[in-house]
Amino acid sequence: MPARIWALTVKEFLALLRDKVSRMALIVPPILQLVVFGYAASFDLNHVPYAIYNEDSGAAARNFLARFAGTSIFRPVAEVNSDAQAARLLESRDALLVLHLGPHFTRDLLLHRSAPVQVIIDGRNSNTAGIALNYVSAVVQGFNEQWAADHGWDHPPALLKIRAWYNPNLLSRWFIVPGIVGLLTLVVAMVVTSLSVAREREAGTFDQLLVTPYRPLEILIGKALPGLIVGLLEGTGIVLIAVLWFHVPLLGSLAALYLGLIFFLMSAVGVGLMISAAAATQQQGLLGAFLFLVPAVILSGFATPIANMPPAVQYLTYLNPMRYFLVILRGVFLEGDGVSLLWSQYLPLAAIGLLTMATAAWLFRHRLY
Amino acid sequence: MNTRLVGLMRKEVLQIVRDPSAIAIAFVLPVVLLLIFGYGVSLDAKHVPVGVVVDAPTPQTQAFVAGMRESPYFDVREYGGIAAAREAMQERRINGIVWLRGDFSRRALTAGDAPVGVAVNGVDANDARILEGYVQGVWVQWLAREARLRGGRLALPVELQSRIWYNPALRSRDYLVPGLIAVVMTLIGALLTALVVAREWERGTYEALMATPVSMREILLGKVLPYFVLGMGGMALSVAMALWLFHVPLRGSALVLFGSAALFLLAALGMGLLISTAAKSQFVAGLIAIIVTFLPAFILSGFIFDIRSMPEPIQVITHVIAARYFVAILQTVFLAGNVWSVILPNGAALLVMALFFLGIVARLSRKRLD
Repeated sequence: MPARIWALTVKEFLALLRDKVSRMALIVPPILQLVVFGYAASFDLNHVPYAIYNEDSGAAARNFLARFAGTSIFRPVAEVNSDAQAARLLESRDALLVLHLGPHFTRDLLLHRSAPVQVIIDGRNSNTAGIALNYVSAVVQGFNEQWAADHGWDHPPALLKIRAWYNPNLLSRWFIVPGIVGLLTLVVAMVVTSLSVAREREAGTFDQLLVTPYRPLEILIGKALPGLIVGLLEGTGIVLIAVLWFHVPLLGSLAALYLGLIFFLMSAVGVGLMISAAAATQQQGLLGAFLFLVPAVILSGFATPIANMPPAVQYLTYLNPMRYFLVILRGVFLEGDGVSLLWSQYLPLAAIGLLTMATAAWLFRHRLY
Repeated sequence: MNTRLVGLMRKEVLQIVRDPSAIAIAFVLPVVLLLIFGYGVSLDAKHVPVGVVVDAPTPQTQAFVAGMRESPYFDVREYGGIAAAREAMQERRINGIVWLRGDFSRRALTAGDAPVGVAVNGVDANDARILEGYVQGVWVQWLAREARLRGGRLALPVELQSRIWYNPALRSRDYLVPGLIAVVMTLIGALLTALVVAREWERGTYEALMATPVSMREILLGKVLPYFVLGMGGMALSVAMALWLFHVPLRGSALVLFGSAALFLLAALGMGLLISTAAKSQFVAGLIAIIVTFLPAFILSGFIFDIRSMPEPIQVITHVIAARYFVAILQTVFLAGNVWSVILPNGAALLVMALFFLGIVARLSRKRLD
């Protein structure tokens, strides 16, 4: 590498790391956030607070409720004896659901009749409500099988035998943590690049840079390298934490992972520099960074599947580098993908990277106003 | 109001008008984000591609497959053998397999324990669980149908009757859009003010301000009020979109909604000002704003991930995220109504956070140059 590009890179690193606060801002938050988010971001429910409204004193009712008390998924918070009390608990969010057993529960069961159990669920967060309802029906199904076997009820003619591939216990952490690796890498790349040109423009030093013998390509490389290097180092740290701390299995090859990381950083750094080069002030640069960052995260399939989006929005996601990187991360971590399976993801990333970097270099000299 | 304060606010407003990016933050950002979120984010899986393998077709298996075809949740693809279906699942062309083996009907009619083999791709655990629930629904309907054909009723010891309050159709958009308003408002509040003090430090105009007779309190008020008005404008726009574009019901009162939004916005603006005052450089303030605003509000606010299921220490951490209180109020006011047992404690927490941030900013801002 020519010495003068190296000089430019060193200058960029100094601008980035000289300030103590910005040095800290680059290193501490991503690591803290990975740990906090790794625990926080999960669709699995634990300790679901529920209230019991039991009008039956029989043994079967006790037996039924013991099944709920016996799992760590549910946590009893209250016993109520009227609908109004139950409603108050749900309203104030002290209970997510109420189990209501009518006065004839045990009698019905002993008479070989179906006994209804009513669950009332707080649907304000409909996803949580749906998952909780699934858990409840699993417990009820367990009770039904046991009761049917013990008391000579007919077998149902068919049973479901469900198996989950790749993630047998359906731990959503395995799905989410590789996603967070992508999220934080993106944030770091945006932090390093999105204000770097705008800041120099505001200070007037960018004009000085443009009158030096540097060609736009060299300036671009000098501006892009810190983002790539910092991103690679932090990405490595983040992957290490995911594997060593959260014990997410890393089944695929490191080569496939790093190839993906490099291509992804190229495109993220390219977008960041493009925003920065287009902005007249740092305020505009920051706005641009958010206008990219937020949709890039939401439309990546990180928390909500792309397949659920309407077709027009699904097409939009093809422009989003995060989309490809998440497929690579999850493929390599959980499904053991190698390099050869992932070219359909690498190539769009490389294309986005080249296009955005070329635009950024062009914008260095041709800004709109 | 005294004329000095009016003068300061006039100056701030002129600055906003002349760099249109502040107006863009207040009005373009919420529109773009709500459009993308509102249309793009959904946890309701429909037309999930599922492979079906039937080894020996009989009336029983046909009824089962027909049940799956009628369901809007599945896009059924039939495969001739299990090997072909497995291959399709490995290539991610289908998300699940339902396998009815050759002896399915015989065992269903005699022993009564015919297995329906279901395999789901568990990489996205949440999605997989939703899919399992849908298959279970088809299975229960099939059991009921078979029981009817034999002249009886489906006899399960306990029959679950579920009632879902506030959102009976479980439309995920109805809870995501109110939560999004909190995320968007976090961004607006912090972005509007994160750079304003640092910018003046950098350009030296803060020194000039200090040399004038205006008091520090007036300088801060002059910074907060114009952006507060802008932010509330953004909030009104977001609520209007939620109601009339996404048809989210508003069961509580608009007064409570905007009252809590005002408290939240003060907290968010206060946080932005604190970042700006402490950093004194736009670059550093920008870095911090990117890191501390969006992702925490997205992940730790209870907007999408349930706070009560997080481990205890993480739940404690969520208490410092202002968006957490605002999300609770928004979801309740939109979907449940004016539930004071939710609104009052969360509103009080927002008030405390607003006072805390603005108080620290006032303490940090003295007429000194160090």
